[in-house]
Amino acid sequence: MTALVPLVVLVPLLGAALTLVLGRRARPQRIVAAVSLTIVLAIGIALLIAVDGTGALVVEVGNWTAPFGIVLVVDRLSALMVIISAVVLLAVLIFSIGQGLADGDDETPVSIYYPTYLILTTGVMVAFVAGDLFNLYVGFEILLVASYVLITLGGTESRIRAGITYVIVSLLSSILFLASIGMVYGALGTVNLAQVAERVQDLPVDVQIVLHVMLLVAFGIKAAVFPLSFWLPDSYPTAPAPVTAAFAGLLTKIGVYAIIRVETVIFPTPELNPALMVLALLTMVVGALGAVAQADIKRILSFTLVSHIGYMILGVALGTVAGTAAAIYYIIHHIVVQTTLFLAAGLVEREAGSTSITKIGGLLASAPIVAVLFFIPALNLGGIPPFSGFIGKLGLFQAAAEQGDALAYTLIGAGALVSLLTLYALVRVWNLAFWRPADDVAGDETRLLQAVEEAPLSTSTISETKATPRLMTLSTAAMVVVGLALTVFAGPIYAVAERAAENLDGSQTYIELVFPASEEVGP
Amino acid sequence: MTISLILIVVMAVLVAAGVYLLLERSLTRVVLGFLLIGNGVNLLILIMAGRAGVAPIVEDGVAPEDYSDPLPQALILTAIVITFAVSAFLLALIYRSWRLANADDVADDADDVALREGSMVMPIEEAALDEGATDFPVDDAPAPARQDGEVTR
Repeated sequence: MTALVPLVVLVPLLGAALTLVLGRRARPQRIVAAVSLTIVLAIGIALLIAVDGTGALVVEVGNWTAPFGIVLVVDRLSALMVIISAVVLLAVLIFSIGQGLADGDDETPVSIYYPTYLILTTGVMVAFVAGDLFNLYVGFEILLVASYVLITLGGTESRIRAGITYVIVSLLSSILFLASIGMVYGALGTVNLAQVAERVQDLPVDVQIVLHVMLLVAFGIKAAVFPLSFWLPDSYPTAPAPVTAAFAGLLTKIGVYAIIRVETVIFPTPELNPALMVLALLTMVVGALGAVAQADIKRILSFTLVSHIGYMILGVALGTVAGTAAAIYYIIHHIVVQTTLFLAAGLVEREAGSTSITKIGGLLASAPIVAVLFFIPALNLGGIPPFSGFIGKLGLFQAAAEQGDALAYTLIGAGALVSLLTLYALVRVWNLAFWRPADDVAGDETRLLQAVEEAPLSTSTISETKATPRLMTLSTAAMVVVGLALTVFAGPIYAVAERAAENLDGSQTYIELVFPASEEVGP
Repeated sequence: MTISLILIVVMAVLVAAGVYLLLERSLTRVVLGFLLIGNGVNLLILIMAGRAGVAPIVEDGVAPEDYSDPLPQALILTAIVITFAVSAFLLALIYRSWRLANADDVADDADDVALREGSMVMPIEEAALDEGATDFPVDDAPAPARQDGEVTR
């Protein structure tokens, strides 16, 4: 069973090599990419089944024993993340295949698109199975370099401009992360997560806080936690629709995943939790207010993405098992729903020729399927009761209420308010883009548009509308179904999330998983 | 743990110069700044390895504490390779940016420009005011004031 762990990394990497060799032959490239992602998904499911029984799988790479060699660790949290990432990546891949096939050109999805996409997958998987800080850094770098290429794909002027911001900000966070690894090594003499967790308790508190803050800042930039979220709404919307969907769903959540590891394994002590709670509050509110002021669907979605990162940080900041469990469930829910919404926005762009809600209308009549595919995840994100968004928020609020202090209750209030604001922003999109008759668009003065800021120099004119290929609609529909499945099977999924969180209650479990039955480890 | 003071000073200078360059508008300088900071951080890791020692190959008659620590050097090697790849990509990005805009400056953000010039008043509202198709009475006066019943946001 342990042989499966390195395979989640190796399969997409080999797939990337193969697609690169296949070069300009698009059809075999697509098949290889889809097959490798399907294999990753299957391995992920097998891993979760294995791990849910035993607690964790630990692989010592090259048979070097734990503190000296590299370890790969898959616990329930990693396995869950591997599965959900594979689902999302596969759906987005099929969406982009559909888009490429329909446009009939073999150049626009340039021949490096599939290899880069698979390398992105590799990086994501490395980050999830990494058992030491440096491997986590390498995973981040792999996925970031791939994302640099994807976000500037095609090299148009707007993409280069947005890409430069993204690249420089990401580089800065990587350098900070590397510097913190250096500091951790200087203080503790190890980068193995379990050994770091074991030794960090002996450090003086002030040194602990310095290391803690450095790691949190590095991951906070990646996770887009306010005030480090400024780069996201600017850079994501310019990328091609499927790329934005994959980035929005996954990349920020990997930052959140790293924050969970830091908060639960390395520094389970509660010193910084109140500060994190305040940051969660600000992230939620500022993101939601940004979403309300935007006119472009992709920008609205980017701001709601920032605002919902706040919910996950809230769950982590509570520092309780219930909080972590709710955060894990919320991450899974949000990865699926946010990706679906961005895919639906891609469909809207095709059907209406624009994603600006000031310019489009009448989509309910002209594209009823797209309307349904947008409406369900929109309600889901807003947290309307039957859906998984409601379950996740309920779990978070319950965990916060157990905490019971004033700050926790403030966050519950803010969380409820922010979900209303999210709903407001998305329902406005619904009213204008879908419900408003197409004839009313020109010269329409509705109160819904009064607070809206069009991006001033935006070139979002109505472009030619294109027929939507069935493959794009199908993959979006599949993601909607996955989102609904999260609701229907919320019980078992939430139970797994709870068991994952129990594993993360303090660092002791993690240390025992990596060093079974060891009293004192290494030099 | 004794460490060389010179290394620390060099690291500090590298990082300081790197941060200064990173804040410049010119992308070429940004790349140079990134390279300087990258090397500064690599030095930081080297410093964290402790003092220098003999090559870490086991020999008879050498006390364990006389060897230098090999792990940080392995980390630095990896980091150097990553920095190398990223700077190659950055150079390509700069070249592309220069081809497109004939400048290697970071372009202004559209929203920032609009905010600075005070032109955040939206064309939508202007267009809407002189058309009559509204649910609310429109004064003929150039009314910046809000109409009755409008929600102030």
